[in-house]
Amino acid sequence: MDTFLLIGITGIGLGALYFLVACGLSLIYGLMGVLNFAHGAFLSVGAFAGYWFAVKLFPVTSNLSFALSILVGGIAGGLFALLVEQLVIKRLYNRHIDQALVTVGVSLVAAAMLGGWFGHDPLLLPTPTWWYNAIQIGDAFIPVDRLLYIGVSLLMLILFFVILRFTRIGLVIRAGVENRTMVQALGINVKLAFSTVFFLGGLAAGVGGVLIAGYSGGVSPYFSGTWLIYGFIVVVVGGMGSLGGSALAALLIGISRQYVNYYAPGLGDFVVVILLALVLIFRPQGLLGKVAH
Amino acid sequence: MSALLVSNLRVEINGSQILKGVNFDVRANSVTALLGRNGVGKSSTLKAILGIYPHSGKVQLGERDITREQTYRIVRSGIGYIPEDREIFASLTVKENLSLAELDEEPNYELAYSLFPELKERANQRAGTLSGGQQQMVAIARALLNKSEILLVDEPTKGLAPRLVTEVADALARIASNATMLIVEQNLALVRRIAKDIVVMDQGTVVFSGGIENLNDEEFVHRHLGVSVRGH
Ligand SMILES: Nc1ncnc2c1ncn2[C@@H]1O[C@H](COP(=O)(O)OP(=O)(O)OP(=O)(O)O)[C@@H](O)[C@H]1O
Ligand SMILES: [Mg+2]
Repeated sequence: MDTFLLIGITGIGLGALYFLVACGLSLIYGLMGVLNFAHGAFLSVGAFAGYWFAVKLFPVTSNLSFALSILVGGIAGGLFALLVEQLVIKRLYNRHIDQALVTVGVSLVAAAMLGGWFGHDPLLLPTPTWWYNAIQIGDAFIPVDRLLYIGVSLLMLILFFVILRFTRIGLVIRAGVENRTMVQALGINVKLAFSTVFFLGGLAAGVGGVLIAGYSGGVSPYFSGTWLIYGFIVVVVGGMGSLGGSALAALLIGISRQYVNYYAPGLGDFVVVILLALVLIFRPQGLLGKVAH
Repeated sequence: MSALLVSNLRVEINGSQILKGVNFDVRANSVTALLGRNGVGKSSTLKAILGIYPHSGKVQLGERDITREQTYRIVRSGIGYIPEDREIFASLTVKENLSLAELDEEPNYELAYSLFPELKERANQRAGTLSGGQQQMVAIARALLNKSEILLVDEPTKGLAPRLVTEVADALARIASNATMLIVEQNLALVRRIAKDIVVMDQGTVVFSGGIENLNDEEFVHRHLGVSVRGH
């Protein structure tokens, strides 16, 4: 029972990290039709910014310095995303192939620059001492970091939800995911919504980047690659443009991957791919997606 | 004075000429009907005016040249648009659909709700679950929230049950009594009721512009619209 619980919570924690990667991807694709391969770079920039902040400014790692480095990572990811949108993607609206290619280019350039700056070896993110502790839940000892992933993702989910549900720009984003042209035909400058979505997506990815650096034992220029792939799978399974869908799919994939890996070692990724295939065959719009793109 | 002047409007999509130089104007404070058989380019004309379709030529709203402006600016400069097939946002509530469309400081909900009181009662219903007629009411109501120089209306009674056709037609007649409107409509009874001028298109160009009285000419109607006068 204790192992079962441990694996379950670890799976949820993993799902929480997937969600941070996927939510921005999903909104960006849902609203703008952009397959954003640069999203991995948002993750890396956030992670390196968080690392740099923690290492340069705080000789001793404290709760405060750690919390701030997550925040700094998020803001750096958001600003970098905004920069990419303004400099590159904005000029290529409605040229989807070009956009996809150029985002691949951005991710390569960003990785090369980060490598030049920080080197290619994994850099250990300074974490507070409690990072490796475990707390007892029932009979199980749960590593604290898992709970942090879950908590931070929940906060991010709530932030996104509140923005989408209760603000004007959120209304524009939700409408734009359905029918961008009609939003403009109502006299609304939809590009403001594009920029907002890029910033928010970059923010979540940046926060995710710092946490993933902690989870996976360090940050390096190419560490985001597999996470981006999982992000795309989550988006497709959950439904493009659906925040709830991303959350649901992230949980589903995180949990099933952990359980399968435990009971049938090595088959976790295989099961995720099967899940993806099933969704593509039987529900191509995704679990909670409204529009089939 | 004309509220809208369209000259030599051309649209080409994927190498096919959809509009081949469309010319007409819309008188201020009256209704002009844009007529023609299926597929002649009526909706495309409205979309080109709104900058939704890439186009060349010239479009003038009152004194202002809006040809090269972005869609949202064109709309903000005073065009209300009621698209073919409604294009309301299915996942948003009725109220959200309406508030999304608010541009003016004081959006005219009074007018919208007096025409369609139902929308007030259904404020929190998801628009996707509304009937076709109710969706059309949302589409019309949201175009009336802001003051506009001209309303572009594309087949507002298309696909509606007879009772709803009457309700929507009555609403449009009320709106038309003090607005400028360019309306695409197959229902000739409604056209006769509200329009003063007609513009007839065929194969991407305008083949006739003139007064509404031409619709009394059976041969004219048959030739241009392919229906008999008594039809519809
Ligand atoms: N986005 C588009 N891409 C390709 N072809 C288009 C597009 N929009 C319109 N067309 C073509 O342009 C022609 C005119 O279409 P349009 O919708 O303007 O006609 P219409 O007069 O409004 O017809 P209807 O009475 O059936 O609504 C049609 O042949 C149509 O197939
Ligand atoms: Mg049409």
